[in-house]
Amino acid sequence: MPVVTLRGPLKRLAGGAGDHALSGASVGELLVELERAQPGLRGWVLDEQGHVRRHINVFVNGEYGREDTAVGPDDRVDVLPAISGG
Amino acid sequence: MTELLVGTKKGLFVLDGEPGGPFEVTARAFAGEPVDYAIREPASGRLLAAVTSPFYGPKIFHAEDPAGDWEQASGVELPEGEGALERLWAIVAGETPGLLYAGGDPGVLFESRDGGLTWELSRTLWEHPTRPEWKPGGGGLCLHSIVPWPGDPQRLALAMSAVGVWLTDDGGATWRHGNEGLRAGYLPEDAADRLTLCVHNLQRAPQRPERMFLQFHGGVYRSDDAGASWTAIGDGLPSDFGFPMTVDPADPDSAYVIPLVADMDRVTPEGRVRVYETRDAGETWTPRGDGLPQRDAYLTVLRQAFARAGEGERLELYFGATSGALFGSGDAGASWFTAASHLPPVYSVRTAGS
Repeated sequence: MPVVTLRGPLKRLAGGAGDHALSGASVGELLVELERAQPGLRGWVLDEQGHVRRHINVFVNGEYGREDTAVGPDDRVDVLPAISGG
Repeated sequence: MTELLVGTKKGLFVLDGEPGGPFEVTARAFAGEPVDYAIREPASGRLLAAVTSPFYGPKIFHAEDPAGDWEQASGVELPEGEGALERLWAIVAGETPGLLYAGGDPGVLFESRDGGLTWELSRTLWEHPTRPEWKPGGGGLCLHSIVPWPGDPQRLALAMSAVGVWLTDDGGATWRHGNEGLRAGYLPEDAADRLTLCVHNLQRAPQRPERMFLQFHGGVYRSDDAGASWTAIGDGLPSDFGFPMTVDPADPDSAYVIPLVADMDRVTPEGRVRVYETRDAGETWTPRGDGLPQRDAYLTVLRQAFARAGEGERLELYFGATSGALFGSGDAGASWFTAASHLPPVYSVRTAGS
């Protein structure tokens, strides 16, 4: 199963667990599954329309990903706050 | 002792002090996060804070102790797939114990009946048939003013930028406009659009609830019929543009505003910081600047950054600026003191009584 890795406040909201093995074939599916498994994260990564929040970045094996980016069983997905500012 | 809850660009600050100041910072929470608004819930004493993280979106948190653990309130969200909550602008206590309202962008009202632990969206306002015509102001489509009617939880007034005043007499089952008499300088005189009205602040005189005061985007107004119609009362002010407004609860003829130069120059006029007071329902205005900076002072005071405590001769007034300065008065504005000088940019100021 692909693994979603959280850091900082997102990790705390997920009960202190950084790595989450979840089922899903795309970034969007994984993040919905993540919210289902960790209700404390509801609304923190995805907005009410199911979009990744504007200043959150998702990486799939180190490459920028979007909700529709395909994810395979051995992939690693990192969820990080974006660099905002200059 | 007066407690001030100061929402800033870099967290919530709790300050305690006596009128005459200075005040002392006794707690800080949400370090580094923008705190748009915070209140102490009157029935329980619980603290509630609206925090809009640029990363994680707007949330309401609650705590018994500001320096302790804050928990996220539930239900502060829009229906899935129908929109995204952008920001929270106000949290206001209602007229029954535990009843609270929260307003936000995009023009949304939430209601809590358990002192702010759980919230529910007002579907009647969310699904109002005119919503497709609603246009945002410069700060977004923000529902920023929530004005209960003392003793009657069925009656409520709201103000939104830029959708004017909204009134209900049935606890929010139905809503109607209260815009008669408001004149928008940013629309042609013969404009058919009577909805795009950029109200900046709305206040009610508690002892005469049908009396209301309104700071408009160009104009100060009074209503004597519970917000149905409005009369311009801005003559005598150095500018009719501004955001902050409050009243003395003991005097239905009173109102206070802090004018800024204009929409294109949002600083205190003439480099002087002055609060303007009326005690005759807007017939005349008196500048109150004794103790405030009167030279080379170009401050911006935001909409929610003006608060009151008490009433009458012992009315306390407090306001903060985006410069990080916080000022107070313990004598209804006759004289002022500096409560704090170097806070982060101030977004909101609230006391236990405001």
